[in-house]
Amino acid sequence: MDKICIENLTVRYSDGAESLKNINLSIPEKTITVIFGPAGGGKSTLLRTLNRLNDLGDVAELSGSVIMNGVNLLDRQTDVIGLRRKIGMVFSRPVTLPLTIFQNVSYGLEVAGERRKPVLQNAVESALKQAALWDEVYDRLQDPANALSGGQQQRLCIARTLALKPEVLMLDEPTSALDPLSTAKIEGLLMDLKNELTVILAPHNTQQAARLAEYAAFFLQGELVEEGDGTQMFMKPRKKKTQDYIMGRFG
Amino acid sequence: MILTPRNKQKIGIAGLIALSTITVLPIVALVIYILVLGLPAISWDFITSFPQDGMRAGGILPAILGTVYLTIGTAIFSVPPGIAAAIYLVEYAPDNTITRLIRIAMINLAGIPSVVYGLFGLGMFVIFLKFGTSILAASLTLSIMTLPVIISTTEEALRSVPNSFRVVSISLGASRWQTIWRIVLPQSIPGIITGIILGLERAAGETAPIMFTGAAFFLPLLPNTPLDPTMALPYHLFVIATQIPGMPVQVQYGTVLVLLAFVLGMNVIATLIRSRARKKRQW
Repeated sequence: MDKICIENLTVRYSDGAESLKNINLSIPEKTITVIFGPAGGGKSTLLRTLNRLNDLGDVAELSGSVIMNGVNLLDRQTDVIGLRRKIGMVFSRPVTLPLTIFQNVSYGLEVAGERRKPVLQNAVESALKQAALWDEVYDRLQDPANALSGGQQQRLCIARTLALKPEVLMLDEPTSALDPLSTAKIEGLLMDLKNELTVILAPHNTQQAARLAEYAAFFLQGELVEEGDGTQMFMKPRKKKTQDYIMGRFG
Repeated sequence: MILTPRNKQKIGIAGLIALSTITVLPIVALVIYILVLGLPAISWDFITSFPQDGMRAGGILPAILGTVYLTIGTAIFSVPPGIAAAIYLVEYAPDNTITRLIRIAMINLAGIPSVVYGLFGLGMFVIFLKFGTSILAASLTLSIMTLPVIISTTEEALRSVPNSFRVVSISLGASRWQTIWRIVLPQSIPGIITGIILGLERAAGETAPIMFTGAAFFLPLLPNTPLDPTMALPYHLFVIATQIPGMPVQVQYGTVLVLLAFVLGMNVIATLIRSRARKKRQW
């Protein structure tokens, strides 16, 4: 089952930064899809387009369509705020909001208008458990979030996204600023999460891509070179460029 | 002496210390001078009673209260629009020619001599809008003068909030306004308050903008409504320094000291707020 269908997507920024050229890609449901390739290939642009964070930047050209649940996400009429609740995003640097641990997780629900204390408490607890952070923070939920370690902060960022019960979770190099232990925790977490939702991951190195990919797409300079089954891609890539990149011949 | 890098550094540091001393010295000298000459005049009576004997004796209560009224009036008319304008400029305005023009206009507004504001206030508020010489007209005039200060310091405070907070908040489904209200403003409020106080402090010490618009030479009564004129410390100082023959020096410097304490007091509050907020800062 495909969760998201990207058709003829072209994105170009007015400052000439990383762009996307005529991308066609289907992202399977409840699977980890890995989007990999060298820097500047268009990975971040793709993620930012999917939840319309691009609206904040200066996009010079945007065409094509991204269909999820039968709706074109790029349509002007699309309810962007509702969309961002359905497609959660985790960034490469763990940016906690300047609030308490609890408030960081409840933030998304509160801005959505949820005020009932018990509802918020339940949501925060289950999101933190889902992000494997509850045991480490349950006794200090009212502490400022930036008191946590880098790895904990990143799991907090995942938790606050999960609190919104998203259908899709996108992660843009989520472990690039973390130590190997924290990285392993987050990778384990993603393997669990994919049973419940669709995960789109832009890993920061090829090894992580190979470890996690169930479905994979290789991006090079704004073009989609190859996509397909993850294991297949890393064992026996069809295209020469993909093979060269995986073997470490460039990038 | 040989000019080794080490010696060069010593000479450099000595030069910097000398120059800093030269800058600070006049200020220290000024404050000491005012304290020595002014302190003998200060008493409870001096700050709580009316002037007597053609202002040569008695207290300066009406001037002190007048300056308080004018400062409050200025705050009312300059703080809300100033903050709103800064929020618009930083968070909403597109980066285009019009926005840039507004910024240039504001920078120039801050550079206009205060007497020009006074004349504008006279024409606009006193005569055209028929407020007469009054607290209202003077406060409005001071507000126009204060606005650029408040807008630019608030802008700076808003800009100092990392953009990543805004992106994260928006990615969690918050609207722009929710992001500003819940994340940006709480983080920038100390900076905004500092800017407000610095702007008001300047307004409280100005003479030129109020001398045509609301300040009185002498009033036997305190103002009853915002449409009454008022005495004010800076203007009172101008009056007793230049317009009254046989004025005791003591009273003059006592008045200077009170004005200085008023303005410096506001400055100290601003500094305290800023340093307390630095400690609580969350990033």
